[in-house]
Amino acid sequence: MTRLSSDEIRIALIGAAVVAAAATLPLFDQGYYLSLALNIVLYAALCTAWTLFSGPTHYISLATAAFFGLGTYAVALGLDYLPYPLLVIIGAAVAAILAGLVGAATLRISGVYFVIFTLGLAELVRQIVSWLQTKLSTRMGLYVFTDFTEQHIYWMLLALTVVVFVTGWLINRSRLGFAMQIIGNDETVARHVGIDTAKLKIILFMISGAFIGMAGAILAPRYAYVEPPSAFNPMISFLVVIMALLGGTRRLWGPLVGVIPFTIVMDIVSVRFPNDTSIVIGLSFLLIVYLLPDGVTGRLEQLRARMKHKRVEAEPAALKEPA
Amino acid sequence: MTALALRVTGARKAFGGLVAVNDVSFDVRQGELFALIGPNGSGKTTMLNLISGALKPDRGDIDLGSTKISGLAAHNIARLGVSRTFQLVRVLPSMDAEHNVMAGAVFGHRRVWGAEAHDLARELLALVGLRGREHVPVAAMTYIDQKRVELARALASDPRVLLLDEWLAGLNPSELNIGIALIEKLNRQGRTIIMVEHVMDAIRSLCERCVVMSSGRKIREGGVSEVLADPEVVQAYLGDDDDA
Amino acid sequence: METLVTGILLGGTYALIALGLTLQYGVARIMNLATGETLVAACFIAFWLFASYQVSPLWGLFIIAPIAFVINWAIYTYLLRPLVDRARNAGMLEVDSILATFGLLFLFQGLMLRSFGGAYTSYTFLAERFEIFGGFYGLNRVVAFVAACLIAVALYLFLYKTRYGTAVRAVAVNPNSANLVGIDVASAAALAFALGGALTACGGTLLSTYYTFNASMGVVFTMKALIIVIMGGVGDVRGAVLAALILGIAETAVARLIDPGLTLAATYALFTLVLLFRPQGIFGRQQT
Repeated sequence: MTRLSSDEIRIALIGAAVVAAAATLPLFDQGYYLSLALNIVLYAALCTAWTLFSGPTHYISLATAAFFGLGTYAVALGLDYLPYPLLVIIGAAVAAILAGLVGAATLRISGVYFVIFTLGLAELVRQIVSWLQTKLSTRMGLYVFTDFTEQHIYWMLLALTVVVFVTGWLINRSRLGFAMQIIGNDETVARHVGIDTAKLKIILFMISGAFIGMAGAILAPRYAYVEPPSAFNPMISFLVVIMALLGGTRRLWGPLVGVIPFTIVMDIVSVRFPNDTSIVIGLSFLLIVYLLPDGVTGRLEQLRARMKHKRVEAEPAALKEPA
Repeated sequence: MTALALRVTGARKAFGGLVAVNDVSFDVRQGELFALIGPNGSGKTTMLNLISGALKPDRGDIDLGSTKISGLAAHNIARLGVSRTFQLVRVLPSMDAEHNVMAGAVFGHRRVWGAEAHDLARELLALVGLRGREHVPVAAMTYIDQKRVELARALASDPRVLLLDEWLAGLNPSELNIGIALIEKLNRQGRTIIMVEHVMDAIRSLCERCVVMSSGRKIREGGVSEVLADPEVVQAYLGDDDDA
Repeated sequence: METLVTGILLGGTYALIALGLTLQYGVARIMNLATGETLVAACFIAFWLFASYQVSPLWGLFIIAPIAFVINWAIYTYLLRPLVDRARNAGMLEVDSILATFGLLFLFQGLMLRSFGGAYTSYTFLAERFEIFGGFYGLNRVVAFVAACLIAVALYLFLYKTRYGTAVRAVAVNPNSANLVGIDVASAAALAFALGGALTACGGTLLSTYYTFNASMGVVFTMKALIIVIMGGVGDVRGAVLAALILGIAETAVARLIDPGLTLAATYALFTLVLLFRPQGIFGRQQT
């Protein structure tokens, strides 16, 4: 179980090549394409982190914006007092703590309650942060002045995405991953073989939340001005869900298949049809539910399995002995 | 005097107005092959659920050796050494036989991982008669083979008490013989087993002591042959003369 | 005291919306995240009827409710039934229905934004002062409350005194058993879903008489409705009404005594308490 299979080595090498290629992008373009690529890498990190939890448990988390915003605010609030890397860690930690609290409250009950709770969580956190801001200072927004350029943020997000992937891979090979697989198959059996299902779900949710918080922290310097509605924008939660589900959550790299095309589509829509973003999102959800319940990767794997089945069926006929 | 593997004292479980288990007490000795029998709806499976922790008793105590397990969560009870099969077989459909069995070995009473877990799984699959079929997906297996996988999974944690919930149900005569022989082998190896069963021949040939439940209460406890000949037990199963 | 009465008046409108969702989730087993959009659409149509044709919202109820009934029936039959049929277990149906109605939420909100724009709208209807126990309240709020009570009573009579209503309640308790005693579960579920939509639309119509609304506020009301339904015990009509009143009072109290910016926090605090200590809700049955 500790030796890497040849398949895994191959995937790792391909992955490393892709990352290396992606890392060179800022050398070619520092304008529109870098900006677009940054969005892609941001959502790659967010969706993969989301899938770490929501993939195996099938619990749809809409809390992404809450964790993201907390990470952003950790940096925005602390930049004058603490070094930036420490703030990123703090952002991750605060998000993880919130995830732990939310998980402890909702993961012991059914998945529906979890979705509903997370639906309003970003709004709730935003309200509280806004209220605290008006009470403790005079203005709503915070300035984030750093020496970081888009390039730096791009590379940091790329590094974060790699870390999320490696973490996901390690989890899959570990007892935690095995336990999540069992829980996904049959939770009663999981409990009866000694798995503390509630605790593990909470831990996984916290890991996922920490990475999302980290992404928020890394992104804080991008726009130099941070205020609650943009930091805790619920759209982030919805877009992450759509992209991850579109790509397919059965594989760790499934969401990437959704992220790349959808980010580009949303970019076009927000420029050409800015009033219709809601409609596009609505149609995307409907598309997922009715046509792609396991995402694009799920559909492709179904087709592969069917073709393999047909080939297997065809062979025995040729080998059958004459009666 | 043989040590006690499990002691149930005054267990009670009600669902709204229905009392499924009503003040039931019994002892199971170490290494015993113990039967829990009774007509349908008598509360036997509920009793098993109370022992395994799938349900919490409203009143009463259940002790595993000297540790109180009543009221603990199912996963903690599993870690203390209680393992079970389910009335409707519950295998893990997305995995193969080996991983299904490993699931029992990694988190429970005995915790192994890696190559050790794989080897243990293969050993147990051979024990239950599935040698060589480790990599077959359980979703493609027959019902009896899935039952065998479930049994191997329950054994994987080296449980102090093994609960079999109607494990012999739905088997044809030859499968039944194989199943009975397997359970007997496990018991000879020293396993303490509590069986909930309807197949009377199996109970007669396998078990020495049993408890009979009816409508939630324990109505008889003792040696199998006397208990099964008791008129009250017969009546519980077949009903009164006027019903016949 | 004033807080209490205002809270109760608000709770009355919440109750209608929650009753609508109770029927949709409790009977048809659809967690309808688009319920807030039905509410907002009703607000706009009531406004349009009043502004363009001087139709009082109270009469508007008789126009809007049937339209909402038909539209929701169509949504259930053509969009949601396929999900019900294809779901292998309750958990899958819940996830599918959440995603599908979420999609509908965005679709309808987008369409409404296009049609009505994003501006806040309101109109004046019965805005005179009305005295209760020495405090002064908008007559529109009082009338809305009374209308909500009447509708709730009508619903009660339907559910408990008619055959169709009893069939609907049976499906809420146990769809399989209801099937066995000859109830057409599919059409009962469709009826319940449509009726739920009509109730929510009534709530929206009444709400528009005293509340400033806009095309994007649907989600907030959906959340409150969800929380009320869960607090009251899923599928339980009395629980939904009681929880709605509690929420109305709590929200008003927080807005007046602490800070109007913290109403959502108050709602969430209540929700969290329920989840931690009584997840089956006030009147819900404990899960076995």
